[in-house]
This record gives sequence, C-alpha cells and structure tokens, in this order.
Amino acid sequence: MHEGRRGVIAWGTYLPFRRLDRSEIAKVIGRGGGRGTRTVASFDEDPTTMAVEAARRALATTPAVPDVVMFGSVTPAYADRTNATALHAALRLPVTSLALDVGQSPRSVMASMLLATCGQGTSMITSGDIRFGLAASAEEANGGDAGAAIIVGEDTPETPVVAEIVGTASRTAEFIDRWRSPGEAHSKVWDEKFSGATYTPLAQAALADALVAAGIEADNIAAAAVSAPTARMAKIIGAKLGVSRIVDDFAASVGQCGAAQPGLLLAHLLEQSSPGDHVALVSAADGADAMIFRVTDAASTRNRAPTVQTQSEQGAPVPYARFLTWRGTLTVDPPRRPEPQRVSSTAAARSTEWKFGLIASLDDETGAVHMPPLRVSADGERTDAMSGQPMADIGATIATFTVDRVAYSPSPPIVFAVVDFDGGGRLPVELCDCDEDEVRIGARVEMTFRRLHAIDGIPNYFWKARLARG
Amino acid sequence: MASHGIKDKIAIIGVGCTRFVENWDAGLDDLIISAADAAYESAGVDKADVDAYWFGTAQGGMSGITMARPLQLQNKPVTRVENYCATGSEALRQAAYAVASGAYDVAMALGAEKTKDSGFQGLNAAPPPNDGTARSLTAAAMYSMVAPAYCEKFDVDPADMRHAMARVAEKNHYNGARNPLAQFQREVSIETICASPKIAGDLGVFDCAGVADGAAAVIICRAEDAHKYCDNPLYIKALSFIAGNGSGLTDPDYDYTTFPEIAECALDAYAQAGIDDPSSSIAMAEVHDCFTITELVLMEDLGFSPRGTAWSHMLDGRFDLDGEVAVNPDGGLKSFGHPVGASGLRMIYEAWLQLRGEAPADRQVAAVAEGKTMAMTHNLGGYPGEMVSFIAIVGTELS
Repeated sequence: MHEGRRGVIAWGTYLPFRRLDRSEIAKVIGRGGGRGTRTVASFDEDPTTMAVEAARRALATTPAVPDVVMFGSVTPAYADRTNATALHAALRLPVTSLALDVGQSPRSVMASMLLATCGQGTSMITSGDIRFGLAASAEEANGGDAGAAIIVGEDTPETPVVAEIVGTASRTAEFIDRWRSPGEAHSKVWDEKFSGATYTPLAQAALADALVAAGIEADNIAAAAVSAPTARMAKIIGAKLGVSRIVDDFAASVGQCGAAQPGLLLAHLLEQSSPGDHVALVSAADGADAMIFRVTDAASTRNRAPTVQTQSEQGAPVPYARFLTWRGTLTVDPPRRPEPQRVSSTAAARSTEWKFGLIASLDDETGAVHMPPLRVSADGERTDAMSGQPMADIGATIATFTVDRVAYSPSPPIVFAVVDFDGGGRLPVELCDCDEDEVRIGARVEMTFRRLHAIDGIPNYFWKARLARG
Repeated sequence: MASHGIKDKIAIIGVGCTRFVENWDAGLDDLIISAADAAYESAGVDKADVDAYWFGTAQGGMSGITMARPLQLQNKPVTRVENYCATGSEALRQAAYAVASGAYDVAMALGAEKTKDSGFQGLNAAPPPNDGTARSLTAAAMYSMVAPAYCEKFDVDPADMRHAMARVAEKNHYNGARNPLAQFQREVSIETICASPKIAGDLGVFDCAGVADGAAAVIICRAEDAHKYCDNPLYIKALSFIAGNGSGLTDPDYDYTTFPEIAECALDAYAQAGIDDPSSSIAMAEVHDCFTITELVLMEDLGFSPRGTAWSHMLDGRFDLDGEVAVNPDGGLKSFGHPVGASGLRMIYEAWLQLRGEAPADRQVAAVAEGKTMAMTHNLGGYPGEMVSFIAIVGTELS
C-alpha cells in the first residue's frame, strides 16, 4: 500500500439481457438500423435498476463501503428528487453514506469520477442509461442501455487500489452537439461532422495536459478508451490521440450508452490491462476530460465481476416490435384487468428494508426465514425475536412456476415462480429476462432489482428473479 | 382448543337464490331484493319476522346499510361480513351462532355480489394502499401451480391429469345444464375443454369458474322452533372455519399438492358432525371448484379420496350425480357461476333442494334416494399457501 495513493478500487458493469438486431429496424420501418446489435433494457429496467445491478457487482468484489454514492443518467426515473437514494437503499449502504445525483449528461459522470479520484474517502460513481430515439433514428439504432459503477478511494490493505490515478485534465467548451429539453422524450443531435471537428482538439489538449500531469508520454500509454457521443466521433477522436491502442467501445454489439458510457469503457479498459500499464480514459462531452491511471499489482489478484467483453457476447434477441412497446413508442392493448395502484409512499417508507434491500426476517430460535419479514414466529409463540437476513445475494431454486396470460403487466405474459433460497426462505416471485419455455422446476435463479411498473410517476421498485445463466 | 360446534341446534327453514348470470339489468340492490324475497316466501315469513341479518359481500358495499337500504329494513341489526370467497358462508355462520345463543329467534344470511360492473375479466380485488411488493397474479395463475406439482409428487402422467381436470369441468357443466339458475346451462365436451385458450399455466378458459352476478339467502331459526315454519327443514350439523396464516407462501416444505387449511377444517367439521367416514355419510358436496384442479385436490383434502387418487376417482365417475358422493350437482362455481359473496349460500340452496328431493329429476343425487341424509357445502378463498376454508354439513335428520 502507498500512503495517500488514490484510484479505482473496484468496478462493476451491467448490460441488460436483451439485444436488438439493428437489421430488424429497416425490415419494419423501411429504413434505419444498420449492422450489429444494441443492448436493450427490459420493460422492468430503468437507469436506477441497471446502476444497482452494476453497483452490486462492484461491491461483491471488495469490502469497501462507499461514503458517497453518486448516480448519473441522461434519462433518470425521477426529476424533482434524488434517484441515488433508491440505489442506496437497494445496496443496503449505511445511513451515513451520502447519496446524490449528478447532472443529466455523460460529462457529469466523467467529471464525478475525475473529482472523486482527487477527493477524499470512498466514492462510488454509478450510472445507468436507456438510449433510444424515434423509430428508425440513428439514436435508436446506435444507442445502448447499460449500467456502470466505479468505486474510487484510498489504497488500503483491505481495499487496494487497482488503478492509481496519475493525471487528469479537462477542457470545457460551450457548443450544442446534442440536446433535449426537460419533458421531451427524445434527444436531438447537430451535424456530427461539426461535433467531431470541435471535440477532436479538445480531447487532444485534455490528454496532453493529463500526460504532463502524469509525467509520461503518449507512447507510454498501453491503451486508451474514448467515450464520445457517437461511435463515429469516438473513432475520429481516437485516431488523433497519438495512442497506440484504442480499446473497443462495443459500438457493434452494445451501442453508445449515454451517461453509462464513461464508466463502462473505464471498466473495459481496466479489464484489458495488465499490472504496470498506463491507461487513459478520454471522454468527449461538453468539452473533454482525460484521466490517466497506472494499473497496480493488485489488479492481478482482483476478484473480478463479469467483464464487459463477456457480457457483450451474451444475451438473447428481442423482436423490434417488443422493443418499441418497451420504450413506449408502440402502445399495445393491455389485458382487460385493472392496473396496479400507485405505491403508497408511507407504506413503502416503512418497508424500505424489505422493498429495496430484500431483507427477510430470520427467526433467532428456529432459523426459519420469512419473506416478507414477520414479527411473530411461525408457531405464533414469540414476538420480535427475529434478525434481519439480506436475501438479494443468495441463490434460489424454482419449486414450481406458471405463466399468467391475463394478469396486468407492462409486458405480458407474467412468468412467475415459487423459489426456495439456499439455506432457507421461500418467495413467490416474478421471473424476468426469460422465455416461458426456458423455465423448469429445479432451475437456479438469482435476484435482480427491477421496476415492476410506474403509476402516477412513482416507479415501483422491487426484486424479481432471473435464471442463473452461469 | 375447543371447537364444540352447534350440531342440531339450528334449522334452515327457507332459502332463496337468483339466477347467477352476467346480469346487465340488475344492480346489487335488485339482486338483494330478489334473493331476500325468495327466502321470505320459502320460509313463509314476513320481513318483520326476521330479527337480524348478516349480509355477505366481498366488494359490493360497506356496512349493513348496503342491505338495509334496498330492503328498507326497519331498525334491524344488519352486519356486513367479508371473508374472501367464503363470505356468504361466513354470513350463515355468524347468523347461526347468534340464533343458537338465544340472542335472536329468526335470522337471515344473505350474500350478494355484482361482479360484472367492473368491465374487467375475472374477479378483481381492490387492495388497500401498500408498498407495491405484493404479487399481483390472477387466481388462475396461483392455482395453476398445483397441477404440475401434483403430477410430480404422485407420478401422474400430465395427460391423465389434463383429462381428469377436463372431467371436472365436463361433469359440472353436465350438472349445470340441468339447472335453470346456472350461468352456463350447456354441456361442454372434454375435447372443447382441453382445447380452450390458456389463461395461466395449463389452465384454460374452461378450467375456470364462471364469473357472475347473483345473490342467495337462507333463513334460520332454532331447531326446536323449525316446525313452526317448515315440515322438512335442514339441520346444521357442523360449521367449521379456518383462516390460514399464509405459511405456505413462505415455507419451503409446502409442496402445492394440498390445501392444509382445508384438511384441518374438514377434520373439525367431521368431528362436530360426528362423522367417521365422510364418503359413506355424505350424499353430496358443493365444493369450491374455482378451478378444475382445485376440485381434484379438494376431494383429497376433504377425505373423499386418498392422496394421489382423486384424479382417477374423477375419471371413474365417483363424483357424478350417481356416484358415491355427488360433487357439485348444481354445476358448481364452474357452471353455476361465482358471485363471490353469494356462492356459499347458493350451495346451501342446492343442499336444500337435493336433500328434500326437490331438485329437478334429471340432476337428482342418487345417494339421497339411497338413503343418505347429509350434504356438505365448502368454500375456500385466497390462494394455495394462503387461504381461508369454510365447511358446513347439513342434514335432514336430528340425531
């Protein structure tokens, strides 16, 4: 360990399960689309849930407990309240941890990482985004959905720094390359050639300054990642940085993931690096920011979360029409069943530990696990003789299941199972990210934080189970 | 724990039942008036002769006023009760205890439900404000998890189970086709039932109870007073009720092949009635066939079939009109329809007709003609793992 050394301690990324084949777009609309795939958040995911999944993966690799958790998204679930508090609750972080949102642009997330590396304590910078646009637009085809979480802090024996920050620099510029007014559904973009021409010198200058701060030359950079508003711009900028290797930005399989892009690419950059490497993350967004890291020996012993590369090669297709319904572009006739009610704020506040943290009650005497938590033991004999038992990270097995073709769902039918947790506890729960013919009694599942629906502007966050796909 | 029951203390002296149907022309008030008037007439009493009322409705309205207003009852105690799908039966249970206690001489239990004004499919509950974590499946989905678990546990070929479930629907439609008050008065073939569109799991449309509007009523008095009103009353032999504690939803040992609340409730009912062997004592049972698979499992939980055998007994015809125990001779929820608050009392209505030999000739229960004198009515409400159970046993003879 090195006194005062700061940098990245851990990271986690989350790519949703579904993929849209871009060639499907033109088959329906007559134009648009392109080659390759993009990631698609399911109907029950939003930037918050994807950031939670990424953060869970990050926290699983380190004992670090963030003092600060930040969340950035271009498409946040809430406008006039903090989204990061839902993450804070779902991650069961201490009440003393500060949870806050950073601004609604990719730059906010990049800047948060940059500031955190220069700051104090342990910070987790999370991001999540759902990128889409009008049918057949470039935004729709080339955008991607993802979550990312980067934990930054000081080097300690328990939380060794994996990538030490050795230089940062920024350039700020006021020009309009993409924009969206509050309340609008879709972002708009200016001439990409103008944006590329404007961003390239800013990025070059930021990287040059960061290299000076790090005391190294561009030749010393083993690899760089470039986060830019579009893959084309990233390619233009990357070619002009004078760095020998630019890592894949997954334009062909994932897409450009908005506010999640800098975190996603930093994770990939570190996953591609070896101890001793210098690596650079360059972000072009409302100016340019550059961060240079030196990868430490701790990287070789790190317990890794699923890599971006691995996740990019997984997943299953979603038909274009279903993608459109998930994004609200295409409205389909709902089942003739009542919609759920708005979540009660007061009831939800009382059950935060259960609803967000998936904390069951564990009978201190019998060891029985109760989901949802009970105050009275199952034999009725003892009151309040229970301990909290977090269940979110415990695997479970399907005891029985069904498919409900009539019940209300934003995306029918509901695939539903009764699952039994390893070590005790049973929960009847909705399954997600699966086709109904994949489900079997005895199949293994894992819990995932989801948005069941949103009524009256209140997202109803709770947990679902997904098939463990190894 | 004591459950003494009130065997032979209460007599049923009159019944009334509307047709159960999608009744676009009648509101809840009209249904209440029709059932009440039919019951007054059946018992030969005036409105003023009934001292107290218990009104069961799951979602039709709040308080006893929902019944007192349409009937314009004059300063009568009216209690609204709700206990899921056992709501109508709960009204009878409370009325029976009140009369047995001596608090009143004559009481009416009336259940009514106007299910078809919502515009939605199936039955719908309006939960209180909540934290949004409760599951929101249809009842069909919750019950559909039983059949696969049953097949696995008892090594039953799913095709045989599918056939047995279809036999439940076929039987109940056969019976309902001979019932002028039933919602669906036509027979349906096994082939049609098996080919019906799936609602949830392997349950198709024809595996699900009809959803109807309707009302039914029962008038009771103490057994010693019965012959003031009626030459051939029915006597209440048992009233048993259990509210489950939801343990099946959280206990990994619950295997979805039985409804433990029902089995416990049945033991209590048989003890109250002094019945050792239900199949040899009970002529007919109106049971809560909300779904075909439910009726199959109930045959085992109620003790009519050993575990793992109800499906074959159903195929063998043991529960047909001429079987050992006729089950749902009026068509059941499946064919008669299910206006939630009314169903339990509709079952008493059928027991009244059958045990007194007043059922239409083409759906008379053979076991009654052969000398059995007792009938069961049964409701459950809720879901596998978390349900309420009600059982009544009534008979024509005092013991």
